[in-house]
Amino acid sequence: MVATGRYGVARLKAQGSARSGAEHWWRQRLTALANIPLVIWFVVSAVSLSGASYEEVRAWLGGLFNTTMMLLLIVSVFAHARMGIQVVIEDYVHARAAKLAALVALDLATAALATACIVAVLTVSLRS
Amino acid sequence: MVAIALPRNSRVEPGQRHEPPRPAKRPREFKVYRWSPERGGNPRLDTFVVDLDDCGPMVLDALIKIKSEIDSTLTFRRSCREGICGSCAMNIDGHNTLACTKAIEDVQGPVAVYPLPHMQVVKDLVVDFEHFWAQYESIQPWLKNYTPAPAKERRQSPEERSKLDGLYECILCACCSTSCPSYWWNGDRYLGPAALLQAYRWIADSRDEATAERLDELEDPFKLYRCHTIMNCTNTCPKGLNPAKAIAEIKKLIVERRL
Repeated sequence: MVATGRYGVARLKAQGSARSGAEHWWRQRLTALANIPLVIWFVVSAVSLSGASYEEVRAWLGGLFNTTMMLLLIVSVFAHARMGIQVVIEDYVHARAAKLAALVALDLATAALATACIVAVLTVSLRS
Repeated sequence: MVAIALPRNSRVEPGQRHEPPRPAKRPREFKVYRWSPERGGNPRLDTFVVDLDDCGPMVLDALIKIKSEIDSTLTFRRSCREGICGSCAMNIDGHNTLACTKAIEDVQGPVAVYPLPHMQVVKDLVVDFEHFWAQYESIQPWLKNYTPAPAKERRQSPEERSKLDGLYECILCACCSTSCPSYWWNGDRYLGPAALLQAYRWIADSRDEATAERLDELEDPFKLYRCHTIMNCTNTCPKGLNPAKAIAEIKKLIVERRL
């Protein structure tokens, strides 16, 4: 609570408006839309590659289209997950310190995981 | 964190059973939430047996009958008895609705009557509305203009007027807001469906000139964007309105003005 000791409409006035949220809302929907074709492509590819050897998968991933799709998938899925989990934290975690810690950990963890995934994909595809 | 179980002092315990003053031909049980600050302790669930052959058709009729004939300490708000004042909003048979428009016959078995969920109970079925009214006041529910008032009136075409249909009928009974999980968890900052539907009622009004500043005030991760389209508001509205759609319209307008 920003303003303590104030009641009623005065307290709400003191809270004011953060003038943000639209960007988050828009990007959450944009990444949701992008995830539909990307995830379908990924599932179809993963199924068709089941039982393939390492060299075969490497050759497949080395293709320009597949590398691009894989990177798009990583960016879109991690961005979407980050925003979704942020909303869950904001909804349910109310203690200020725990909330701040959770939001910081979320940002760092998703950035680290997404970067690791991108590095892995590039390593495999550029070496082939 | 969100508490999954009720706090120990809020758990509802069994209460007293009250038989009707005269033998009932068509008895029906009403299980009513009771708590008073004088008595203190945990809330309890009293059972009142009402003769439906000697009672009006609505749940409010039964509550009034209980108050006049069985237990005069039973406390609830009511006024118009025709669904226009919004005073008798409560949770009946698991749904937030108006006691005056809820038919007893529409409930199977004993009729469970609780106060509106997740509100501070003042006594029995009466809850504290102070914060709810403050939220309503905060959206400035009045016509705001910058052009001088015309000599006669601010005119509106029938098409412009029709945009207020489904909005102006809101009676602020709070059934929607108190059915919304987002409002339960974050009601201190989230305005809730009732206040947001009212905010959109003024945004949609062709005579109001303050749309931009209204949208400015609403664009906030908590005031507006705690709505996750759960739709409990629309499901429960006793007037058949669609607060979820009004909130979606506000979100659309905020995005559209950026493009």
